[in-house]
Amino acid sequence: MIELWRGLGSRERGLLIGFLVALVAAPLAVDRYLLSVLTLILYFAYVGQAWNLMMGFAGQLSLGHALYVGLGAYVAALLWFYFGIGPWLGVFAAVAVAMAAGAIVGWLGFRFGVEGVYFALLTIAAAEFTRIAFDHLGFAGGSGGLFLPYEERRLGEWWNLRGGQVLFYYLALILAVGGVIVAARLARSRLGYHWLAVREDEPAARSLGIDAFRAKMTAVLVSSGMTAVGGVFYAFYNNNLFPGQVFDIGRSIELLLGPIVGGLGTVFGPVVGAFILTPLGESLIVLTQKLGIDAPGVKAIFYGLILVVIIYLRPSGVWPWLARILGVAERAR
Amino acid sequence: MTPLLSVAGVCKRFRGLLAVDRVSFDVASGEILAVIGPNGAGKTTLFNMIAGVFTPDDGTIRFDGEQIDGLGPDAVCRRGIGRTFQIVRPFPTLSVEDNVVVGALLRHHDVASARRYAVSVLERLDLIDKRAQPAAALTLPDRKRLEVARALATDPKLLLLDEVMAGLRPTECDRMVAILSALNRESGLTIVLIEHVMRAVMALARRIVVLHHGAAIAEGPPEVVVRDPAVIHSYLGAEAVG
Repeated sequence: MIELWRGLGSRERGLLIGFLVALVAAPLAVDRYLLSVLTLILYFAYVGQAWNLMMGFAGQLSLGHALYVGLGAYVAALLWFYFGIGPWLGVFAAVAVAMAAGAIVGWLGFRFGVEGVYFALLTIAAAEFTRIAFDHLGFAGGSGGLFLPYEERRLGEWWNLRGGQVLFYYLALILAVGGVIVAARLARSRLGYHWLAVREDEPAARSLGIDAFRAKMTAVLVSSGMTAVGGVFYAFYNNNLFPGQVFDIGRSIELLLGPIVGGLGTVFGPVVGAFILTPLGESLIVLTQKLGIDAPGVKAIFYGLILVVIIYLRPSGVWPWLARILGVAERAR
Repeated sequence: MTPLLSVAGVCKRFRGLLAVDRVSFDVASGEILAVIGPNGAGKTTLFNMIAGVFTPDDGTIRFDGEQIDGLGPDAVCRRGIGRTFQIVRPFPTLSVEDNVVVGALLRHHDVASARRYAVSVLERLDLIDKRAQPAAALTLPDRKRLEVARALATDPKLLLLDEVMAGLRPTECDRMVAILSALNRESGLTIVLIEHVMRAVMALARRIVVLHHGAAIAEGPPEVVVRDPAVIHSYLGAEAVG
């Protein structure tokens, strides 16, 4: 971390500190609703970062990251529900299970040379299989869903993630900041260079002694493990889980829009993307209601249109452009 | 002394086509060997077998006392064989420097020392001024040099060069020849090159292997090989006689 800090110019340090201070102080200034939007933004910044490590850095397209969110959420929720094991312990099991799933998907794909869009189809299939399986898992509530009990007496137990909006806001902030640090460190590591090489040109990477299979496997493992931590957050924040919701392909897509809009393969892209898309979605809800055009699908149409415009104007993401404007482009990666 | 690279009776078949037909040759440590021959003679296929991209259907390849046929390209590289691609394959969005850092990370596990080594390789290849540019922005001669720089950064004992002179102007070609012969002279780097540019072949190679229809039809010192009637007939063309 110290090394990363040293690598920054004074302008970058100033911007970073200002941004962090604003985020830390936010609960003092904003109301409950805005805080919940900010929490959502930070959550998406985090899971987007996890996905970005796999696609943006290692070049492996996953359209099934809901699988790892869902597994992380269910494992931690079930451990809490049945055994009273708190999320701080449960998160290890959640990460382990998600990484095991990631290992299976990765091994099937990379061992048998399933590449590009075909690998992406494999990731969708894995998420769909798991959704169907959870629909029929009686002990996990099946398609009827799993509900974490709301208990008055536990409300103050922050260590069990039983608390209010402010607790979850700060937790999401820690996740998002942690995600940025992990991504920044990995991007500058030997492994990070191996990922970039494999993303750019796999045969050329192999000719330079890089074990491409291993590089891709580590990408999937890191990404799935990180995503599962987001899943644990999701479970304890929402207190209910439905297979049809958490494992849905829509969830996988929602999670990858941020990094694409923000800038694939950049450390701050997922953060910027989340700060654009989540408020956009929320404000469209408000706006369509105010204008009295909140018929089903209207919000989605406008959301889609705006997305098209952003990607048309900034095809390599908003962050590289924004970084130039802020004068921090040199080390934007 | 055992040769650094020993290719023995190697064959490769693509469906019905015999691309490489029982080719054998040895390369001594510190030597520069050129492989020449008309298009489709099997030169690149031969390279791809040495570099681990293809497994030979028959025959063995030994490097530094170890059998390497059947190993993957990454494993072959780790044993000390660097290669360039005939159609250059830089990492397009990475900077020139980062391209070479990727190669240097093979022997220098820490990124900072890999970067230092990469910079020294870039200086050697006259690419240091372009270090910050994305590789996609380079001209063809620069990309060819980048290809060599990246392979060199892996610190190979043997360098396989697949037509690095093609498309270069004579002055650029001479510059590349000078760089390569300096590397060979100063660090004892062994080089096997596939080349059509006879100007470079004559300047660099101490020995030539001629491939035709997948088979080695001649082998020997340059001045002898270019006078061989079979070689003239199949490759150099009648106008070269005289």
